[in-house]
Amino acid sequence: MSALQSPSRHRAGHVTWLVVLAMLVAAPFLGVYPIFLMNALCFAIFACAFNLLLGYTGLLSFGHAAFMGSAAYATGWLVRSGGLSPELGVIAGTLVAAVLGLLVGLVAIRRQGIYFAMVTLAMAQMIYFICLQAPFTGGEDGLQGVPRGKLLGVLPLDNDLVMYFVVLAVFAAVFLSIMRIVHSPYGQVLKAIRENEPRAVSLGYDVDRYKLLAFVLSTALAGLAGSMKTLVLGFATLSDVHWSLSGEVVLMTLLGGMGTFAGPVIGAFTIVGLQNFLADRVGSWVTVIIGVIFVFCVIAFRRGIVGELLAWQQRRRTG
Amino acid sequence: MEIFGIPLQAFLGQLLLGLVNGSFYAMLSLGLAVIFGLLGIVNFAHGALYMIGAYVAWFSLEKFGLNYWAALILSPLVVGALGVLIERLFLRHLYKLDPLYGLLLTFGLALIAEGLFRDQFGVSGQQYAVPELLQGATNLGFMVLPNYRAWVVVASLSVCLGTWFLIEKTSLGATLRASTENPTLVQAFGINVPLMVTLTYAGGSALAAFAGVLAAPVIQITPLMGSNLIIVVFAVVVIGGMGSILGSIITGVMLGLLEGLTKVFYPEASSIVVFVVMVIVLMVRPVGLFGKEK
Repeated sequence: MSALQSPSRHRAGHVTWLVVLAMLVAAPFLGVYPIFLMNALCFAIFACAFNLLLGYTGLLSFGHAAFMGSAAYATGWLVRSGGLSPELGVIAGTLVAAVLGLLVGLVAIRRQGIYFAMVTLAMAQMIYFICLQAPFTGGEDGLQGVPRGKLLGVLPLDNDLVMYFVVLAVFAAVFLSIMRIVHSPYGQVLKAIRENEPRAVSLGYDVDRYKLLAFVLSTALAGLAGSMKTLVLGFATLSDVHWSLSGEVVLMTLLGGMGTFAGPVIGAFTIVGLQNFLADRVGSWVTVIIGVIFVFCVIAFRRGIVGELLAWQQRRRTG
Repeated sequence: MEIFGIPLQAFLGQLLLGLVNGSFYAMLSLGLAVIFGLLGIVNFAHGALYMIGAYVAWFSLEKFGLNYWAALILSPLVVGALGVLIERLFLRHLYKLDPLYGLLLTFGLALIAEGLFRDQFGVSGQQYAVPELLQGATNLGFMVLPNYRAWVVVASLSVCLGTWFLIEKTSLGATLRASTENPTLVQAFGINVPLMVTLTYAGGSALAAFAGVLAAPVIQITPLMGSNLIIVVFAVVVIGGMGSILGSIITGVMLGLLEGLTKVFYPEASSIVVFVVMVIVLMVRPVGLFGKEK
């Protein structure tokens, strides 16, 4: 897509990104609750990681919560009981998710399409049951009271504002690296696999290795999101590894627009915001409303918010 | 008498429980396979339909005093009608798209159903009494066999085999299989393929509801009972491969038994044993035990 963009549009894109970044930097000073922002940013990282797989490689993983959740548990346990510093805890959590991703990926890429989705869902459920029974996860109660500590021994993360900018920096780094990955020759091969896998094979690409690397990258970043979330909220629970969260990240990506850079971010903020807004007002109807949005997106809104905007722009320029 | 240090009665009891679970796996994976075969849709809502089937039985007993046997007929009809609605309203928009969208849409439908039932009935489980005729147990000499569990195994296996017979051995089934292979050609012979598709989805839904009613007296009826089961059934489907109907029945029963055995010897692993088998099968034979290479 980038090859088709004229230089002026490219510049307009940069301006949009700067405006969004400025808004995110200013948000906590304009009275937006920082915990909400941090939580939404963590889910945005999660959704971007997921989009790398679904949007750019065409692989639907229906078990991504397992990677976010196991990293959340690993970081929580290492920081609280192991006394690790927050940065080491986050790195360790990310590594745990990457290793799990490698193991699950090795099995899952043996099947394609709809089977890939079912296999990832089943393997994620296995990880869920292991988390339910393992001694260090706190079972139904979850892992509580994880301290934020000091980043690199200096920055006091207990201060919400400091924590917020750390999360924002991590988010920006993830966002830029995903852009970099997608625009790299490697990313182009991923897109080729998405468009026509047999053709990519016939061109001589070792498709399985490309897919596996994409899967591991995506699960590692999903783990990073989970680790950050544990630091932000101070706990990790079973809902972080539950299949319903795997479904939510699909919805965030679909609603925002899969295969677009901004889509998952917008989707994550919309869904997290909606859940926050509805939680005290409608009770179990949150699930119903999420389900209705799901059905609506699949039937009539498959391009998502950003995809529709891009299509509209395209129509305006050509027509 | 003991087997490997386990009292025989406990051993056989767990094995029977495994067989009961296995018959539910068989019925649900059979429905999934039939729907996938003709519609190309992996029906995530299958668990929700099973849950609704159980609730219809419970509700019609509580409100209208309809007994178990009536529910066994009524519930599949109600849920089958719901299936007709789902297929006509939603699924038919998706046939030309990537099958992933079918999974996502039915996932959304399952969420809606779960949320509605949670709002109505709460998360705590409802009890459904075992029908009078099947209460008690029979002493077989070597074990005491609870009548209801025996009935569940017999009823579900008969329904499974009936479905297999219908699809593999009757002319209706032949048309159905032909529509799976080449819908355009079958349509050209004057057969109403869209109607067949609707009826297939309704039939699969009714099968799930039948399983729900059968399960009602042996489990807690909760809004989440379907989703928890459907993920295991997905694993069963991956293990068996969706190619063969008899294959999915056999795989379902075998995995239920295996789960029962695991409960006897290593209870901690009983909730994950099906997934472990799935991993092994994927490593050795990725298309599944009964799947066909394309």
